[in-house]
Amino acid sequence: MLMKPRALVLLAHGTNRDQDAAEALTLAGAQPEIVPLNILRDGRKRFDAYQMLVLPGGFSYADALGAGRLLAIDLNAYFGDQVGAFVESGKPVIGICNGFQALVKAGILPGVPLAGRRSATADQKRKATLTFNANGRFECRWVILKPVSQACLWTNSLTELIACPVAHGEGNFQTSDATFPQEQIVLTYVHPGGSPAQGAYPANPNGSLLDIAGITNPGGNVLGLMPHPENHIHSWQSPQRTRGLEGMRGLSLFERGVMVASQL
Amino acid sequence: MPIYRFVIRFQEQNDPRSKGLIADARALGFNDLTHIACQDLYFVEGQMTAEQCRQLALGLFADPVTQSADWDALPAACPDPGPGIALVEVALRHGVTDPVADEIVRAAHEMGLDGVRQASTGWRYLLHFGTSVAIRDSMTKSVVERLLANAVIHRWTIGEIEPFFPLAAESSGAVERIDVMVDDKRLLAISKERRAALDLAEMQAIRSYCEREGRDLTDVEFEAIAQTWSEHCGHKTFKARITLDDGRVVDSLLKTYLKTATEKIAAPWVISAFVDNAGIIDLDGEHEVSFKVETHNHPSAIEPFGGANTGVGGVIRDVLGVSHKPIANTDVLCFGLQEASFDDLPSGVLHPRRIMAGVVAGVQDYGNKIGIPTVGGAILFDPGYAANPLVFCGTVGIAPKGWHARSPQVGDRVIVLGGGTGRDGLRGATFSSMTMDAQTGEVSGSSVQIGNPIVEKGLIDAILPARDEHLYTAITDCGAGGLSSAVGEMSSQVGAEVDLTDVRLKYPGLAPWEIWLSEAQERMVLAVPPIHLARLQDLCDTFNVDLTDIGEFTGSGRLVVRYAGRAVLDLENEFLHEGIPQRRLQAVLPNTAAESTDKKEHLRDVVPPPDFQDILLRLLAHPNIASRASVIRIYDHEVQGGTVVKPLTGVRDDGPSDACVLKPPGVRGRTGIAISHGINPEYGKRDAYRMALAVIDEAVRNAVAVGTNPERIAVLDNFCWGDPLRPETLGTLFEAARGCHDGALRYGTPFISGKDSLNNEYLGTDGQRHAIPPTLLISAVGVVEDVAHSVTMDLKAPGDLVYLVGAFAPTFGGSHFDLVHGDDPSSVVEEPVPSVCASTPAVYRALHKLIHDGLVRAAHDLSEGGLAVAAAEMALAGRLGLRLDLPLADPTRTLFGETTGCLLVEVQPEQRVTFESALADLPVVRIGLVADEPVLAVAASNQSLFSVPISDLAGAWRTPLQ
Repeated sequence: MLMKPRALVLLAHGTNRDQDAAEALTLAGAQPEIVPLNILRDGRKRFDAYQMLVLPGGFSYADALGAGRLLAIDLNAYFGDQVGAFVESGKPVIGICNGFQALVKAGILPGVPLAGRRSATADQKRKATLTFNANGRFECRWVILKPVSQACLWTNSLTELIACPVAHGEGNFQTSDATFPQEQIVLTYVHPGGSPAQGAYPANPNGSLLDIAGITNPGGNVLGLMPHPENHIHSWQSPQRTRGLEGMRGLSLFERGVMVASQL
Repeated sequence: MPIYRFVIRFQEQNDPRSKGLIADARALGFNDLTHIACQDLYFVEGQMTAEQCRQLALGLFADPVTQSADWDALPAACPDPGPGIALVEVALRHGVTDPVADEIVRAAHEMGLDGVRQASTGWRYLLHFGTSVAIRDSMTKSVVERLLANAVIHRWTIGEIEPFFPLAAESSGAVERIDVMVDDKRLLAISKERRAALDLAEMQAIRSYCEREGRDLTDVEFEAIAQTWSEHCGHKTFKARITLDDGRVVDSLLKTYLKTATEKIAAPWVISAFVDNAGIIDLDGEHEVSFKVETHNHPSAIEPFGGANTGVGGVIRDVLGVSHKPIANTDVLCFGLQEASFDDLPSGVLHPRRIMAGVVAGVQDYGNKIGIPTVGGAILFDPGYAANPLVFCGTVGIAPKGWHARSPQVGDRVIVLGGGTGRDGLRGATFSSMTMDAQTGEVSGSSVQIGNPIVEKGLIDAILPARDEHLYTAITDCGAGGLSSAVGEMSSQVGAEVDLTDVRLKYPGLAPWEIWLSEAQERMVLAVPPIHLARLQDLCDTFNVDLTDIGEFTGSGRLVVRYAGRAVLDLENEFLHEGIPQRRLQAVLPNTAAESTDKKEHLRDVVPPPDFQDILLRLLAHPNIASRASVIRIYDHEVQGGTVVKPLTGVRDDGPSDACVLKPPGVRGRTGIAISHGINPEYGKRDAYRMALAVIDEAVRNAVAVGTNPERIAVLDNFCWGDPLRPETLGTLFEAARGCHDGALRYGTPFISGKDSLNNEYLGTDGQRHAIPPTLLISAVGVVEDVAHSVTMDLKAPGDLVYLVGAFAPTFGGSHFDLVHGDDPSSVVEEPVPSVCASTPAVYRALHKLIHDGLVRAAHDLSEGGLAVAAAEMALAGRLGLRLDLPLADPTRTLFGETTGCLLVEVQPEQRVTFESALADLPVVRIGLVADEPVLAVAASNQSLFSVPISDLAGAWRTPLQ
């Protein structure tokens, strides 16, 4: 019998979907633990005691100076070595919404293949960002996601579309390079039938380049995504429930991650 | 020490703010402007190398992908913005919370830039008038004042602004003595000088107390009494002895009508009504649910973002103050007409469009950041709200049953958790008890607070485990009246001695009375046994919460406050809390009062058929009816994962839900709760008694429509009225309170909490008083036994039958038909507003059973706009057609008249017999059939009246507020 993998759910100052993520992890078979950042900082807990790392949604530091920016500085300044080792070990890491923003702004995503050590100011060199939604507004609505990556451990055998909400103001994925490596695109926004959104609002709710909803690192173990699969783990959460539509739950994604973690 | 200015600008295509700013400018009539660019300013004081400045600019301030940065040591020459462009800079005034500034210093140190000492923030705007325009400063000033800056919290200048930094915080220690052994005239003068809003009888009571104790008062004592006895905290009008013009005397509206209704209903599932910070009901025997709705009207009028922001923060703390986890927010908003011209507004008033934008942004900011879903509400427009917007903020909470500790013990410490104390909100309690005028913004500038939701999130994170570990014996929030109110209330049964010397201040110069009364946000007061202090401190450290020990609960029956060793307040608790004389007020009843209960109804003759389609499209596009999607979508209504029936619903998630259903996180099984509202100022203008009945009915009906058990619904009242010292105004308030009592008994819905906001008036510089329409908000919370059976309002399948359920008695009194139809009001009979029918509660019970048994596919209430609007909304939400055949003779009245007690219900044809027999003895009629072809087709007695494509309905309905 497999052990339930332990998942570290990082609670930064202003994280607020920690319990939503913990519930999804529990349902998916993990043993989640919500750990406040200060507990990790003072050394009472360590990252390497866990098999999964989860950076949940929220508004760390109230989005001051850009969503995820200050949490990214924390990650690099306090935990650069621990987080770097965690990522390099190949254990499953997921950053959802604000967690994704922090991973991008810390340079962990899209990441470079085992390049030199990051520093608190690595931010200056980064080429990808999550900027303000194209319509200039915060947006909460259900979207449809298509898993398109075989390289990412979180999605590599998923075929079914996922329906789940977005709730963000800064989820517009952009890069300063003209292209983005296809193999690092994990989830894209699509129309309800599964055809590409091609930038069309509201299927693509924020104007992201190439309809990108989620990306992975070159190692395929770190997933960052703006939508909230953790808010579609029960059938009663779906807005189409009363119309008799079932399935498309976000739970499948967590089940993939937990399965990999339990085999580590 | 050098000061650096950093200017951060977006690349043109990524600028998120320009589009919104220019749209707002156009709407306010600034047609000369072609573009407004907004750049962020950061001021940093410190010793830094050029490389360190670069690190700050690119590693902290600018996003390297979308933004660029410039920086310079001050003083630097102001850049020339170029021809046709005005450069304006805006920054916060001293004392206004600037959370970003603190983060800059902290993050800079974390990045190893130890030379950074202080920071502050601001904005630069480039106003592009076009090169052909000769820019005058007066043009710039007008744009800035009407669009970009609010003098209450901002300072601004053309060109570059001088940065201010926060100053070291130290109290002034100054205490004034106030002699109240003076004549009546002088007493009133004291009340006025200190903006205390106390009348002569109250001032005399203070004088007698001082005579008895042989002493004068300190300013701390006087201010504490004024706050405790304010309308806001003391509900003087609702507790007053009222003499009616027919000679009857009513001793307290609160007791006679609201509390009495709850007592008569005696629902065993009510856990707390009118006692705690929020009303509490039993959910499932293991959990309890709390609900509180507050108003934040005056602050939102003068600084809409901050006012609404702290309104949300305040009501969340009410729920935290009963040791509950906040799980949902609601907001009901009333604004002036968005297209109002400046000429029609009283001077000194912000434009209603700006008020709405600020209020909505304030609600969004707090709710989204703290991680509580905003799941329900309403938005109404009326010219009467132009100077006095109404902002009702509600919060729902959940907790294991019976865990709320509420008895401080002698020897417990008085512990303040949360943010620092500033002048924020000083005299907010008394300020909200007064009529506003053009000077209000200036004088009460300090009453405006800006919230910090992340600090409050920390409070929730620290307090819930503290509750679970039983670390405190009592808790309350710091709201209106600050520490004075919180410590005063908590110690009212015991006594307390506190010292203000160690209270953490935001900036210098506060006098002790200001510390004691400050309404600085995000603070809670706890009674903590000394043995638990260390553990509480540990929790606070973990969640970045400040803890200050300010004193001890004593058994003395007195409240004693010290500053730097000397007593600055020493009052008998009983006097402070019970010493206020009962107000005696006069009321003149409106002429609807006598007939209200048994009125001979005057109705218009058969109304000539108008252009039905045109009326329906205009109703759907009416600001009170049109889609709220543009507001709802900017609120996170999904966080916490418990939102079952969402604010928008249907095949494209755009139909208006009647109520929201939540499955509270942490509660196993399928039990849920529903949250709904009823509000109707159009009825309030005409008949306050019937309005009260109608809005209770509406709140209950909305809840029933989604699957709530009507026998498990509790309600909250929020009265927003004008000046109750005017007997006519008090007369309508009396009528509404009487209606609340009768409505609660009729529906079996106990009141569990309530609030009143009176004096919603604005005295224009022309001497005109602008009062709001009498507005009663009823908020309902009810139990849904099985969330899997909750129902949405969108039509589901072609071939289904549609029934009109309930006693259908449409009238045009206060109807939206009259608002859009445009008949000269004097040329038509003024009809009464809808009454409620005796059979309605039985209809709701029967319908609930059908929903619970899974026999109802969709249900939607008939409200503003009547049957036609309800039918159109169901069809457009389901993107299906609907064929209606009206059974009644007068199609105009049938389609557009308004009624209470009715819903449209969709049922599968196979369920027809079961459905009809379940409602056999009740008013129900089959009126329609769901069709595949997306058209709403209406006939009367088989004769076609009109048909309109669903896409036209959706278009009319979705456009106005986008």
